[in-house]
Amino acid sequence: METQESQVGYNSKVEGDVIVTKVDAVINWVRKNSVWPMPMGLACCAIEMMGVAASRFDISRFGMEVMRFSPRQSDCMIVAGTVTYKMAPVVRRIYDQMADPKWVVAMGACASTGGMYRSYATLQGVDRIVPVDVYVSGCPPRPEALLDAMMKLQKKIEREPSFKSLNKETEEKRIWA
Amino acid sequence: MSELIDSLQPRFEGLEPRPSSDHPAMQCPVGLLLPLIECLRDEFSYSLLCDVTAIDWEEESPRFSVVYHLYSVKEGRYVRIVTNCEDDENPSVPSIVALYPGANWHERETFDMFGIRFEGHPDLKRILMWDGYPYYPLRKEFPLAGIETELPDAEIAEETKAKVLPAPMMGGPFVAADGSPMSKSEPRAKDQSWTEWKKKEALGGNDLDK
Repeated sequence: METQESQVGYNSKVEGDVIVTKVDAVINWVRKNSVWPMPMGLACCAIEMMGVAASRFDISRFGMEVMRFSPRQSDCMIVAGTVTYKMAPVVRRIYDQMADPKWVVAMGACASTGGMYRSYATLQGVDRIVPVDVYVSGCPPRPEALLDAMMKLQKKIEREPSFKSLNKETEEKRIWA
Repeated sequence: MSELIDSLQPRFEGLEPRPSSDHPAMQCPVGLLLPLIECLRDEFSYSLLCDVTAIDWEEESPRFSVVYHLYSVKEGRYVRIVTNCEDDENPSVPSIVALYPGANWHERETFDMFGIRFEGHPDLKRILMWDGYPYYPLRKEFPLAGIETELPDAEIAEETKAKVLPAPMMGGPFVAADGSPMSKSEPRAKDQSWTEWKKKEALGGNDLDK
């Protein structure tokens, strides 16, 4: 907004404080400190995920408290629970609807490998449907484990080229190769 | 509790008592199913339908039996009614949705898992597996690991190249151990990893088959 006041604000003293850095460092710093999770709660892991969001564990310490139930507004899908074959295309479709850049955390044994559900109805690991960035062990994992995974994801975001989503085609090919 | 069956037998020809370790149970000819259940509901106060399920006897004929559990809230007792499906290939029984509206989803589940058609059901379609799934998973010939088939959504299947695949049985499945009563044996992983043993050719000589 171009108001008279904001113009004045921009011009005061800012010119004196100059920081030199890399574009990647700035963009990734911004991204990693405001990850908006998409809670894909499918089973009991989702209860632990709620615990992470509540006051005792408090995911907002990492800037991730904005859980969005719309894929269009979020950039990290936390798959928390058993993915059945009936649900699998829905999970993929929601992932497709998320805006780039986006990440996926497979929370718990079921989302990572199918867990104890070795059966005709269960997808044996959500990585058959979407590319997974971080896997969390546990059945269900403690909230600390999910926080640890989210911190690992932050480290990962920090390291990656910030314009990787422009090369989505090659990225996809690499993942599905 | 065989008094109940004794009092019903003169009215329903072919009704037989059935061996049972808990509640009174009866074997009912399929033609008498609807009048029998209506009679139990209206005259014997069995007002609550607890369960509808089925049994697959595999080799025997009749192959499929449908089982109903009724409960009398007033008198606090159960009764079990079993009826056989006449056709082994395309089994069917009359639907009891008209008597108990709650039977709707029970019958859909039984249809989904066993492929038993409930004649007169208002909307008989799959409830657990997706529409178009080609198998009936609780039939005896269906393996626990599943059978390879297509994903429910063709577009996603094309995009991800994913399929419905048989689940690996390494270190599983979780079942009660053989040889002891199920009530006393903990469900544990039944190791069937031998189904997935492969020779490690690259390393040479490390043969797991021996």
